Amino acid sequence: MLKTFKIGGVHPAENKITADKAVEKLPLPKTVTIPIAQHIGAPAKVIVKRGDMVKAGQLIAQSAGFVSTNIHSSVSGKVKKIDSVFDSSGYKKESVVIDVDGDEWAEGIDTSTDLIKNTGLDAKAINKKILEGGIVGLGGATFPTHVKLSPPPGMKAEVLLINGVECEPYLTADHRLMLEHGEELLVGINLLKKALGVDRAVIGIENNKPDAIEHLTVLSENYSGIEVCPLKVKYPQGGEKQLIKAVTGREVPSGALPIAVGAVVNNVGTALAVYEAVMKNKPLVERIVTVTGKSLSKPSNFKVRIGTPVKELIEAAGGLPEDTAKVISGGPMMGKAVASIDIPVAKGTSGVLIINEEEGHRKQVLNCIRCGRCVSVCPMGLEPFLLMTLAEKKIWDKAEHENVMDCIECGSCSFTCPANRPLLDYIRYGKQTVGGIIRSRK
Amino acid sequence: MDKIFTITPSPHIKQGDSVRKIMYTVIFALLPALAWSFIVFGLPAVVITLTSVVSCVLIEWLIQKYLMKVEPTINDGSAILTGILLAMNVPAGLPLWIMIIGAFVAIGVGKMSFGGLGQNPFNPALVGRVFLLISFPVQMTTWPNVTRQAVDATSEATPLALVKEGIKSGSTVPEIMQKIPGYDELLLGNFSGSLGEISAALLLLGMVYMLIRKVITWHIPVSIFATVFVFTGILWMVDPMQYADPLFHLLSGGMMLGAIYMATDMVSSPMAKKGQLIYGVGIGLITVSIRLWGAYPEGISFAILIMNAFTPLINNYVKPKRFGEKK
Repeated sequence: MLKTFKIGGVHPAENKITADKAVEKLPLPKTVTIPIAQHIGAPAKVIVKRGDMVKAGQLIAQSAGFVSTNIHSSVSGKVKKIDSVFDSSGYKKESVVIDVDGDEWAEGIDTSTDLIKNTGLDAKAINKKILEGGIVGLGGATFPTHVKLSPPPGMKAEVLLINGVECEPYLTADHRLMLEHGEELLVGINLLKKALGVDRAVIGIENNKPDAIEHLTVLSENYSGIEVCPLKVKYPQGGEKQLIKAVTGREVPSGALPIAVGAVVNNVGTALAVYEAVMKNKPLVERIVTVTGKSLSKPSNFKVRIGTPVKELIEAAGGLPEDTAKVISGGPMMGKAVASIDIPVAKGTSGVLIINEEEGHRKQVLNCIRCGRCVSVCPMGLEPFLLMTLAEKKIWDKAEHENVMDCIECGSCSFTCPANRPLLDYIRYGKQTVGGIIRSRK
Repeated sequence: MDKIFTITPSPHIKQGDSVRKIMYTVIFALLPALAWSFIVFGLPAVVITLTSVVSCVLIEWLIQKYLMKVEPTINDGSAILTGILLAMNVPAGLPLWIMIIGAFVAIGVGKMSFGGLGQNPFNPALVGRVFLLISFPVQMTTWPNVTRQAVDATSEATPLALVKEGIKSGSTVPEIMQKIPGYDELLLGNFSGSLGEISAALLLLGMVYMLIRKVITWHIPVSIFATVFVFTGILWMVDPMQYADPLFHLLSGGMMLGAIYMATDMVSSPMAKKGQLIYGVGIGLITVSIRLWGAYPEGISFAILIMNAFTPLINNYVKPKRFGEKK
């Protein structure tokens, strides 16, 4: 019996149409737009000005606090302007716009593909390199990695979990990464283990990626303390709490962080970025992005410099199809619909999904027939139908009592509802309001 | 001008199931049993079913169109399902005007007065059936004689009624059982009763289909069956002269139709699995109590309606197991 989490979950059609497409390097764009807030926490502070010449990998905005991180130029060229530009959130964010000129890297960065396995660096030095490299969680949440690696006083990590689940339909960026950068990934995991002071790491991979499971299982024989754990396919297994439950059987208490049960979770993409930052001195300036969709003529996996306009990725994948209804940054279950394809690729952009007219519109909302499917699929054991009603009627104290803040916004409830009810829309509204009430009490 | 994209919050994909599909799956699951009743009872069963379905759909349409002034939603299949279930709950020879009154009470009072699909606290078909049972007790318990294949108008008592009457008049259960069809006949439906009481095997087949299609889960039917089996089993072991055996209770009367198709009505049953088990146990206990000690030979309709009334309470107090619940 394969491991998985116990409560709830759904099985959306996988649609991993790019699973066999090797990662291609996207040609350099003419201009990149690099937002200074690509992570959770304080936006970085810009340290370049208009007209400055920058090199790829050069620091252009400095971490502004503990929960914050560095931002580097992803290209060499001239700073065109520092301006507010729309990003995937739909809001204007301060960004550094750079006209690309050649491809010159900053000094000390090793851009070769040579594998470096050993380092004399200790935990503290590794963590410093991770902050310097601007590493954030690449699974989508973009939480600064150095913060995750610094447990609060009194808490001790026991096991490092590496998230190779990629439970979102369509996306294959992590899958390709595991296949094509297995060795680097494992070295990165070793570095993370060292930084955390744990001697055990488990890579969780769903068994719809048997090639990745096999590849990493074979490679990990040469690395002590790293094992691969195949998991039964079930969404949202990539959710931090679900992954911990699936692999270790431990349940993170309501409102607590994973460290409460001795676990720290990092994405495979993050582990690779850690390898590059620590061993190759290369900051986080590029990532793998899946560009996909049923109507797209050439769906692909691309290695992309941060700041590249999404439009160029779509062009390289065959151009925007006629019947495009929505463009999603991320996967279909949790990604964000964007208003424009001029927005840049950011550190957290795992995929660009084109949804066609056929699937791009919501259906008519009907009466709730109380079938209870939302209750049985909720991976947090909540009652979405009830939380929706409470939010609709603005009964906030009851919503808090019914654990609205535990919702991880995976969307399983809205996905499964036969009456097409906008459950998650209302629950988000409830979470925001109740969250505000809770903060105001302090 | 650039193309304008649709913006909605996530999720951006949807499972293919719809309210309509669910309703038609249940209807499809009922068809074999319904067809069997047409074979056993002949034309009167067909006429009564058509009358019930057409009345239910028409009454819903009229109420939505002219009273509620909303776009009628009769094509969601729920009124058709109520019509079929109501027809399966009455004897084949029921006068048609009574059937129409039943449809009116089921849809008009049981469903639309609460606001339509999803809003009704009670199973509409059962509201209709119980109304008819109380208002027209004679017509509702006049069963066509089907034994030995000869359908005629003379009344034949149902197995449950035979047991009840027999014990009242001083006979023991083994004596009464001599006059009752065997279990094979109960299973295959060669005896008298309402349209939907006579085909346990086909109703079970429909249950398997609904379980596979994930329209229902096992929790409600199995908890009802288990409760009835254990409860009547204990009494039977204590005094087999006074109490019929558990298998008889499972196979007779409206047990199958009620437990599989009426108690599982999504609208009026609890939503969490734990709550569904409590609900099922409650239905089992009340059904057996009415059968053994109540005024009516069969009690599952009342039992389901009573537990329907408890559903909001169960939903309120029986919560699913929360992830990371603090102990």
